[in-house]
Amino acid sequence: MEPDESPVVNEARQLAEASLREAGDLAALERWHAAELGRSGRITLLLRRIGGLPADERPVFGASVNRAKTWLEAAHGARLEELREAALAAQLADQAIDVTLPGTRPPRGRLHPSTLILRRVYAVFADMGFQVYQSRDVETDAFNFELLNIPRHHPARDMQDTFYIDDDRLLRTHTSPGQIHAMRQYAPEPIRIILPGMCYRREQITARSEIQFHQVEGLAVDRGITMADLKGTIESFARRMFGAQRAVRFRASYFPFTEPSAEVDVECFLCDGRGCRVCKHTGWLEIMGCGMVHPVVLTNGGYDPAVFSGFAFGGGIERTAMQQRGITDIRHFWANDLRFLAQSQ
Amino acid sequence: MRVVMSWLEEYIDLSGVGLPELCERWTLAGLEVERVEHVGDWWDRERLLVGAIVRVEPHPNADRLVLAYVDHGAGTPHRVVTGAPNLLSLRHEGDLPRPLKVAFAREGAELFDGHQEGWVKTRLKGRAVRGIPSDAMVCSEKELGLSDDHSGILVLDTDAAPGVPLADVLADAVVEMDLTANLARAMNMVGIARETAAILDRPYRAPAPVPPPATGPAGPGGDAAELVDVVIEAPDLCPRYTARVVRHVTVGPSPGRLARRLRLAGMRPINNVVDATNYAMLEWGEPLHAFDYGRLQERAGSARPRITVRRARAGERMVTLDLVDRALDEETLLICDDAGPLAIAGVMGGRDSEVTAATTDVLLEAAAFDFISIRRTSRVQKLPSESAARFGRGVHPALTEAGSARACGLLHDMAGGATVAGSVDAYPRPPAPVTVTLPPGEIERVLGVSLPPDRVRAVLERLEFTVEPRAAGGLEVTVPPHRMDVALAADLLEEIARVHGYDRLPSTLLAGGLPVQRDNERLRVEEAARDALVLAGLHEVISYRLVSAEREAGLDREHHVDPSQYVTLANPISPERASLRRSILTGLLEAVAGNLRFTDRAALFEVGPVFHARPDALPHEPRRVGMVLTGPHAERSWRVDATRHLDFYDAKGAVETLLERLGIRGAQWRPDRHASMHPARTARVQVGETAIGHVGELHPRVREHWDLGDRPVAVADLDLEALQSLATGGEAAFVPLSPYPPSRQDLALIVDDGVPAADVETVIREAAGPLLADLELFDVYRGPQAGPGRKSLAWSLTFQAPDRTLESEQTEAARERIVGALRARLGAEPRA
Repeated sequence: MEPDESPVVNEARQLAEASLREAGDLAALERWHAAELGRSGRITLLLRRIGGLPADERPVFGASVNRAKTWLEAAHGARLEELREAALAAQLADQAIDVTLPGTRPPRGRLHPSTLILRRVYAVFADMGFQVYQSRDVETDAFNFELLNIPRHHPARDMQDTFYIDDDRLLRTHTSPGQIHAMRQYAPEPIRIILPGMCYRREQITARSEIQFHQVEGLAVDRGITMADLKGTIESFARRMFGAQRAVRFRASYFPFTEPSAEVDVECFLCDGRGCRVCKHTGWLEIMGCGMVHPVVLTNGGYDPAVFSGFAFGGGIERTAMQQRGITDIRHFWANDLRFLAQSQ
Repeated sequence: MRVVMSWLEEYIDLSGVGLPELCERWTLAGLEVERVEHVGDWWDRERLLVGAIVRVEPHPNADRLVLAYVDHGAGTPHRVVTGAPNLLSLRHEGDLPRPLKVAFAREGAELFDGHQEGWVKTRLKGRAVRGIPSDAMVCSEKELGLSDDHSGILVLDTDAAPGVPLADVLADAVVEMDLTANLARAMNMVGIARETAAILDRPYRAPAPVPPPATGPAGPGGDAAELVDVVIEAPDLCPRYTARVVRHVTVGPSPGRLARRLRLAGMRPINNVVDATNYAMLEWGEPLHAFDYGRLQERAGSARPRITVRRARAGERMVTLDLVDRALDEETLLICDDAGPLAIAGVMGGRDSEVTAATTDVLLEAAAFDFISIRRTSRVQKLPSESAARFGRGVHPALTEAGSARACGLLHDMAGGATVAGSVDAYPRPPAPVTVTLPPGEIERVLGVSLPPDRVRAVLERLEFTVEPRAAGGLEVTVPPHRMDVALAADLLEEIARVHGYDRLPSTLLAGGLPVQRDNERLRVEEAARDALVLAGLHEVISYRLVSAEREAGLDREHHVDPSQYVTLANPISPERASLRRSILTGLLEAVAGNLRFTDRAALFEVGPVFHARPDALPHEPRRVGMVLTGPHAERSWRVDATRHLDFYDAKGAVETLLERLGIRGAQWRPDRHASMHPARTARVQVGETAIGHVGELHPRVREHWDLGDRPVAVADLDLEALQSLATGGEAAFVPLSPYPPSRQDLALIVDDGVPAADVETVIREAAGPLLADLELFDVYRGPQAGPGRKSLAWSLTFQAPDRTLESEQTEAARERIVGALRARLGAEPRA
């Protein structure tokens, strides 16, 4: 404050400043502006007094009023900014939301868990040059059994209780009839295919057995294919499907359409091989059967077994899903309960 | 197969191989171990010992109790008070000339309580019994957990000295194996020993049994041939039948050790004669049957009995050992005498010639039967038996000799039987020996590994194949008579691979060139359809393809069903799953009905085949895409204010998403009828002349039938084969983007209610010409402002040119053309 300020101006300015501090909102501020700096405001009226002053005091007084006016305008501007900021802050505070409320999502659908596993299997085998080959659900006894080296009344038929339509027609019990279809279609070209599809067994429907299930089978036929190739292919698949750290083992088994035959076990997913109820305390889960294509089957497919060799493998998709995800009841797969289906990622 | 370890160890030395390791090696070699049961693994080695009762005295204060003095290897015999009935008879004996070996339990031993029902363990505590202190026990089988027999104490037939831990004498393990159909040879102890010997590469010992020397008077019955005739009328089903006669048997219980083994092996001890046949079967794999020879003589009127092996005659019946009177079909193979059936061959004996307590002479049958015939009969008669399980997988005719000889030996040892000299051996069809050539290089070609010739030979010889090198290279291998499963080189490769160890084969990747890679349009379209419908918000379901035709008739509002169009099973598990579905909607509606019990909204789809029967041919299996949508259009949420129900247009939208994803353009939607659908809310979808399927809301009758509530249920049933034929694999051609501003206008029209929106759209597009870049219907209104029988359709029109900014005169002109055309062709008026 300048020392030579007119006492009248000083007083007016101090009064104005005090009332500015009291202006608590934008409307009050506007009223303040009119009352102090408006056309008939306190400061403006001071100027009118100039006329009554001695001429030599006039410039000094005028300059003093103007300084007070400028000073108050600036104070008003600052106050205005302050009040606007506060008003915005209040407005924004009013717009508060609960960020923990659920987000808005478009209705989404999901693939069936079996489809998800099938696609994963397709992808892994596609990388090894295996292509998908589909064939029909209803088959003849010849394609489902006899051409696969399973004659009528053979004990191996006990392994697969069959739904028959009549003496000759049946619901395929495995995807293996596709092996014969594919071989007859492609012989003598080399083959590398996987055969997915729904298969049927005449079983009671329980937590552990179903009348239908997906199987994926693989078939490779060429000159020079060996059992070592079979091992390498399955191990490669298992590493990608179940994880590189999971041990895999091959144990001797029996299937009429392969010779030698093996079952493939993978270290139990749930107990990491320590033994639990799911793996029946063996530490291993059976994931598929496999073997070298039986010479009789090669011949039936149109390949000379002395020149060609091949391997085949196959396993159940739902069983794999159950093992991987700890599903204890196979009936969930066809019950189509949305609470089950919605558990897929 | 239950492998009793103590029994197995009679043939092979298993030292150095722990049971867990052995189980793993068996499993890897194809003898899959299901589980291991331990006997006596909980016995206290300090407190459960072999004892020898050296003296028995009466109890001074009780008639039904005795005092037994038991030597348990610690100096003075220990006095025990017991009420065991089998000691009571000895109470006046004093010192026993031959001490009785028993299971002796000291104070503190844990045992099962013999007096309680079930299995309750207790700890042995000393107490006074009628004034005589007793702090130890001699045990019954039940107390040791061996069986539920608590009728007396267990008497051991052991050479073990008193004081030896009981576990060393009596503990055992039973390994239960799940054997595949090709492992008939391993369904006996000797077979398991042979396999084990090969797997462990060490010898086993199971000398071929010979019958005990013939005894008894000569004269009538001096030779078996004088006592019985055997006639095989069905040599196709019975290649061999060997009969022997054993006389003067005393039927009674079997010795404890043998009975225990039978029980551990899963068979119930019957009497020493039947047990002898079962034991010989378990040991050698040859099922045997003992007939009461005296009864056969009676049936023959004291003449020489004649055994006939033949098929059953029409209407023939017999009562089997299980007391069931059975009707026999003409494929059933029987063992008969002149009076009628004696046994169902290989499956079960008959009641009338059963060995009883009164039997003194036995006719012992050892035979071979056609495995298919036995399997069939066992199944038809619902009679699984240990015998049928073995014959049903194939028993080589050569095995009759060992089996029969072993049983005669056991009858001699256990029942005092005297084997009559000779046998009657009808052997019409001895199989030729099988030799298989293993070509040089075959192992490497198929297994991918090169094995030293010595190793190959050793493996095969351990399994008792005879191996001769061929001049031309490779091996000539003769198959041993206990095996019927080896006929090809591939069979030998399996033996070599599994015994050598699959884990020792190398792992390689396929080395050959890739086969020609082909596009799989069928799979691509199927999977693209799934993706599109998931994108449209639908969940995929997979239903039973087996349905009930009657249930599926509920899809037809008139419930019409023509069974001849269905593929129907001859042997369904239930009427609900007896036919293959003809409609993809069946499972979907079942799924909706099921889910509506838990939720009020379901939007589902399924992709898969349906089945159309064709007489005398395999059915047609076209693939369909089905959808069903019902409930609120959005899932319930805190944000959704108003809900409407899913309806026709939601299903249509899903189908449009599908068509777009498959690159199918130009679909036409025509009102149509469908047996399941609402007559006024159903469309046929087609592209050109190709029908794709139907979309509509369910007919209320159908909805009611499936119990789906009273809201609309929108469905679609599309032909995936048609979609595949229309799908364009490639991407759509690029349309250049205009840099010039678009001009948008709204146009509301009033037309007759019956005018389809698609017709209005066609007229607008035709009249507008190329400047119309986009056209959208944004409102449909019926009400007072439209007038009765009329509706208002409001369109948003976007005009844009690729090469310039449009002037308002140009868009005005287009608008006028459009309005004029609509008025002229559809009677439409612009809404004021």
